[in-house]
Amino acid sequence: MDELLRVKNLKTHFFTKYGVVKAVDGVSFSLNKGETFGIVGESGCGKSITALSILRLIQEPPGRIVDGEIFLEGQDLLKLDKKQMRRVRGKKISMILQDPLSSLNPVFTIGSQLIEAIRIENHTKPSGYWEKARKLLEMVQIPSPAVRLKNWPHQLSGGMRQRIVGAISLASKPQLLIADEPTTALDATIQVQFLRLLRELQEKTQVGLIIITHDFGIIARMCQRAAVMYAGKIVEIGPVKELFDRPAHPYTAGLMRSLPKLEETVERLVSIPGQPPPLDVEIKGCGFYDRCDVGLELCANKKPPVVNINPGHEVRCWNTQRIEKGSKGCQ
Amino acid sequence: MGMSLSPFRLFSKLLKPGRYPIVPIGVILIFIFLAVMGQSIAPYPANQMDLPARFVPPFWQDSGSMKHVLGTDDMGRDILSRIIVGTRVSFIVSLLSLTLGGVLGTAIGIVSGYYGGRIDSILMRTADATLAFPIILLAMLMAVALGPSLQNVVISLSIVLWARYARVVRGEVLSYKEYDFVALARVAGASGFRIMWKHLFPNIRSTLLVLLTLQVGWVIIVEASLSFIGAGIPGPDPVWGSMISKGRNYVTTAWWIPFFPGVAVAIVCLSFNMFGDWLREALDPRMRQVGGGG
Repeated sequence: MDELLRVKNLKTHFFTKYGVVKAVDGVSFSLNKGETFGIVGESGCGKSITALSILRLIQEPPGRIVDGEIFLEGQDLLKLDKKQMRRVRGKKISMILQDPLSSLNPVFTIGSQLIEAIRIENHTKPSGYWEKARKLLEMVQIPSPAVRLKNWPHQLSGGMRQRIVGAISLASKPQLLIADEPTTALDATIQVQFLRLLRELQEKTQVGLIIITHDFGIIARMCQRAAVMYAGKIVEIGPVKELFDRPAHPYTAGLMRSLPKLEETVERLVSIPGQPPPLDVEIKGCGFYDRCDVGLELCANKKPPVVNINPGHEVRCWNTQRIEKGSKGCQ
Repeated sequence: MGMSLSPFRLFSKLLKPGRYPIVPIGVILIFIFLAVMGQSIAPYPANQMDLPARFVPPFWQDSGSMKHVLGTDDMGRDILSRIIVGTRVSFIVSLLSLTLGGVLGTAIGIVSGYYGGRIDSILMRTADATLAFPIILLAMLMAVALGPSLQNVVISLSIVLWARYARVVRGEVLSYKEYDFVALARVAGASGFRIMWKHLFPNIRSTLLVLLTLQVGWVIIVEASLSFIGAGIPGPDPVWGSMISKGRNYVTTAWWIPFFPGVAVAIVCLSFNMFGDWLREALDPRMRQVGGGG
């Protein structure tokens, strides 16, 4: 398969008054054309910062990408100048954000906002813009699109607005679409609807899709591969099926245990004790050590290595023997 | 973008029959007409003295007559004519200083709010300092240093006005720049300038218009106060403020001399304020009815 995006050893740090916050600390992953890749993790683990780093939209100062490479179709984005990077953003990478209510500019009609996006992709024949905008709305399954084009954002529901944001993000025919918690602000039924639409659009346009979420359900529904992030690092990466069936990192395993299961009745869901470590304090060993139930002595003082346990399935852990012993992961 | 609030649409909105404020708009139009026509429709030359006919009261009083509808002042000049001729100066002063101060203040406010940080601190402390400085003192200093003139009045007014605009605009920008549409514009490759001009400015445009119309009244009053203390536009050409100021000596004996210019100031201010209030509602898409947008 064709590789679309490769992130290598990305480090994005924030230099604050109180110290250096290593929000993203050595993240590597890749994405093929037409593939859906998930990034999961709890709040503040660095998943959004990873996305913003790919777009080079880190607020500087205090933030800075201190190390790493980001290749989009073989081109290192970190080596582009500002102007070239702007062109990449408009044409090649698009994004869907969390809040559909504020994602559209309240003083412009839906139509004019769509046309704005269409213009980026093609500079000729303004006469066809309206028709193109109507087709885009049709594509995201907005009923009576011709009417909706003349509407203002406040006249539409949250689900509709998020679909329009989707239409706008695909208007410039990007190669990479990053969806940062795209369904967090939607209610459950609309969530399912939107995800189904997103998947259909992705299949149709063959755009590379990165979904950032804290919800394993979305990962399972949407993604082929996924990465689990913890304290600025990817602790486990692999095909989604393997992550669910044989979670190798104790953190992933803990998250899986804390999901409610249909076939079992449990009184209380299991939770992982403790808190993630503060990112502005130097972590000597493994960031998860304090909360880990299978930790070894050396975990506290030495950074764990990345271990390849299956093709495409990597884990950042010292205690990998337990994984090989039990074929069912570390349960 | 930009098609949603073009001058044409604004114009057609004003023409649309229905709930627009006929009275304030009518009053404003009348005063604009007076400002444009000036001397040519005034019954007497504004500076023509007629000493035998000093202190003639308005027509409905016993010794008044239709010759001088609003009476005459201490030098026998026709008050109605002086008000009509004075309109132009008041409008020119407010138009020029509002444009100058408004453009400057809006630009500074947007930049300050958008970039934040040190730029914001420097610009906003400057605005604070400007606002803290009494405008009357500033205008007097300018009048002393450069001599009183229309130009200096406009400059002093703009200096105070830019800070007011900058404050309001900055506040609006601060709230709007946290919206996701700004982040998405950045994702779509928009430059800082484009985001400020194409994405943020349209959102504060209605606030700005309202502020503008509300300030028209304020500017006319301040211009009148400047003329009142003698730091305004020098005579003998009539200005509302100096008419009030000169007339205050005769408040007890010939009340109409300061009263009618004062009424003119009040009517114009009130009309612009009412117009501004209506404009805010008319321009805000969130206040429009569902289905009626367009």
